[in-house]
Amino acid sequence: MRHIISTLVVHRSGVLVRVAGLFSRRGYNIESIAVGRSEEPDLARITIVVEADDEQVLEQIEKQLYKLIDVVKVNDLPARESVERELALIKVNAGSQTRSEIMQIVDIFRAKIVDVSSRAVIVEITGGAEKIEAIIALLKPYGIREIVRTGQIAIQRTPKKTDK
Amino acid sequence: MRVKNTGAEILLQCLQREGVEVIFGYPGGAVIPIYDALYDYPGIRNILVRHEQGAVHAADGYARSTGKIGVCLATSGPGATNLVTGIANAYMDSVPLVAITGQVATFLLGRDSFQESDITGITLPITKHNYLVRDVKELPRVIKEAFHIASTGRPGPVLIDLAKDVTTTKAKPEFPETIDLPGYKPNYVGNARQVKEAAEALAAAERPLLYVGGGAVISGAQAELLKLAELTETPVTTTLMGMTAFPSAHPLALGMIGMHGTAAANFAATEADLLIAVGARFDDRVTGRLDAFAPRAKVVHIDIDPAEIGKNIPVDIPIVGDCRMVLEMLTARLTARRHGPWLERIRGWQEQYPLRYEPTGLKPQQVIETISQLTGGEAIICTEVGQHQMWTAQFYRFTRPRSFVTSGGLGTMGFGFPAALGAQIGNPDRLVIDIAGDGSFQMNIQELGTAVASQIPVKVVILNNFYLGMVRQWQEFFQNRRYSATVLESNPDFVKIAEAYGAKGFLIDAPGQLRATLEEAFRTAGPVVVDCRVDREENVLPMVPSNGALNHMIGVTE
Repeated sequence: MRHIISTLVVHRSGVLVRVAGLFSRRGYNIESIAVGRSEEPDLARITIVVEADDEQVLEQIEKQLYKLIDVVKVNDLPARESVERELALIKVNAGSQTRSEIMQIVDIFRAKIVDVSSRAVIVEITGGAEKIEAIIALLKPYGIREIVRTGQIAIQRTPKKTDK
Repeated sequence: MRVKNTGAEILLQCLQREGVEVIFGYPGGAVIPIYDALYDYPGIRNILVRHEQGAVHAADGYARSTGKIGVCLATSGPGATNLVTGIANAYMDSVPLVAITGQVATFLLGRDSFQESDITGITLPITKHNYLVRDVKELPRVIKEAFHIASTGRPGPVLIDLAKDVTTTKAKPEFPETIDLPGYKPNYVGNARQVKEAAEALAAAERPLLYVGGGAVISGAQAELLKLAELTETPVTTTLMGMTAFPSAHPLALGMIGMHGTAAANFAATEADLLIAVGARFDDRVTGRLDAFAPRAKVVHIDIDPAEIGKNIPVDIPIVGDCRMVLEMLTARLTARRHGPWLERIRGWQEQYPLRYEPTGLKPQQVIETISQLTGGEAIICTEVGQHQMWTAQFYRFTRPRSFVTSGGLGTMGFGFPAALGAQIGNPDRLVIDIAGDGSFQMNIQELGTAVASQIPVKVVILNNFYLGMVRQWQEFFQNRRYSATVLESNPDFVKIAEAYGAKGFLIDAPGQLRATLEEAFRTAGPVVVDCRVDREENVLPMVPSNGALNHMIGVTE
C-alpha cells in the first residue's frame, strides 16, 4: 500500500541525506521525495511516498525517522483526508499539425502550455499522480522529449465538521 | 571585555565543562592546533595510542566500564576513517562516545584536498548524530549538544568534525546554558497503563522468564532487576551485553541465551508463557529462527528506544522507558509469587545439560574458570571476538555491573585490548584483564606500545589455539572440516613480543602451570601478556546453528 509520510525537520544542511539514507539502508523503497520550507522559518517539510504493505514496516519507518535528531514530527497522512499534488513539466513534440490537438488535451486537464517553439511545447500540470500519468499517456503518441516531476506533496484537510 | 580564544582552546574549555578528564587520540596535520592547545590544559590527559582504531576502542572501553562518555580524537582523512570500525562498534552496542575529528580548512572543503574525507557522510549510518563545524561561533553549542545526545536516551556515538581553520580562528566563546533540540525528547518514564498490564501478565504467568540485555546495564537497573526477579521468583537469562546486569552465581540466573547460550536458558525461552525483555533487542544471535523463538510466550518489551519495540518480533505489551525506572514501577505493583514447578523444570535442564568440558590437556574453559576463581568475579573482563569471548560469557562468574566489556553487536576483532586500556584508565584501582584469541589480539597488537608508554597495567590472557577458532569451528561443523584460511601456524612468540615492547610475558602450556602462572601474572605490575597454548580444536558448545530453533542445540541431546 502506498503511504504518504509528511516529515517536519529542522531546516539544516544534510537533513535530506539523513532521511533518504535511512530509507536506503533499511531497505524501504522511496517512490518520491519532496522537500521545501514549511510555515516555520526554522523547519522544513519532507514529503515521502513509500510502498509498505505491512503495518509493522510502516511503524518501523516512523520510529526510525523519529530517531533522527533533526526530525521533529512524522505524520502518515490518511489518503482520503489529504490533498495531494505534484507538479510536472512535459516537453512534447508539437508541429503545426498537432499543436491544436495537444492544446485540447491540455485544456481538458486544466494544464498550461508554458513554452512554445516550432517543434515542441512545454506543458505544466499539477495534480495527483494519476492525473499526471493520464496526461502523459495521452501525450505519449506525439513524442515526449522530457518529463520533470517534483514528486508528491500532500497536506491533511481540515476537519469538515466543527469540533465540539 | 572578555578575552578571545582560538577554536582549539574553546573546544578544550567545552570538554572541561563536560567533565572530560581523558581523551584517547592521535595527532595529525588537521588537529595540530588542538594538540598545541592541549599543552596548556593539563586537566585533560591525552593517551597517545598507536592507531586511531585503538583510540576509539579505548574510549569505548572507558565509557562501558565507567558509564561516563568516552572521547577520542583523530586527524582528518585516514585518521578519521580509521575510527569508522570503532564508531560502528559503539553504535551497535549503544555506547556514549564523542569522536572528534580534524577536517581540512573550510576553503579546502569539497576539493579532494590532502587528507580530506567526508567523515560526516561516511559515519551518517553509524552515529547517533554528527556535525561538521565550519564556524567557530557554533562550537560551544555543538559540543554541548553532542555530549547531551551521546549520553541521554539510548546512548550512542556522536562525531564532531572540525575544520582546521575553526580551531585556529579566535572568538569570544559563548557557552550556552540550555539545549534546544525540538526533535529530541527521550522518554524515560514508562506508560502507567502498560506497566499495569505487564504487572498483571506477570502475576498471571506460570512460566515467566526475564530476558535481559545491555539496556539494563546502561540504565543501572541491577538492584531493581534483582528485586523483581526475587519477589516474583522469575528466572533470568541475559544476552551477551546484559551479562553483568544480574549476578552470574544467583540461583535464578540461567546464564546467557542464544546461539551459545545455556541449554536451560534456551529451553526456558521455548517453554516460557511470559517473556519480559528488558533493554534487549531480539538480535538474531539470541533469537535464532524468529518464528520458533519463545513460541508460547506473551511478550513484554521494555526499552528506551521505541524503534526497538516490534522491530524483530511482535510484542504484546510495549513499554517505552528507562529500564531501571520501569522495573521499579513494575515491582511496586507486584506481590510475592512462587514458581516451584517451573523452577524445578529449569533445574532439571541445568542438571542434565550443564556447561561442561573434558578436562584433558589445557582447556580454554579451564583457563577462564581459573581467572574467575582467582579474581573472585571482581575483575573487569574485556574480550576480543570469537570462541574465547563465548567461553568467557559462559564460564566467568561476574559479580559487578559494567565489568564485562565486549563487542556484542558488531563483533569487532581487535576490540578487547584497546578497550581494556580504556577501562583501566577509567578504573585505575581495579584489575583489568583482556581475554583474547590469538587472531583477535594480532588485530591491535600495536597497542602494547600504548600500554607500556602510558603505564597501563592491563593483563592480556591469550587463549592461543593457532586458529581463527570460531570460524574453524563453523568450518568443522558446516564445511566438512575444510579449514580454509583459518590456520595461524605462523603466530609470533607472544612472550617475546611482550618483552620487545617492554611488557612482561608468560607462557602456559600445561594445566599444571595454570593457576600459579596466572597468579604471578596478575600480581605483576605493569602490562602483562600471558600466552596460553590451549587445546587446538576445542569447540564452544552448546551451539544453535545460525537461524535454527533455540531448543535444537549442537551438543545437547534431548
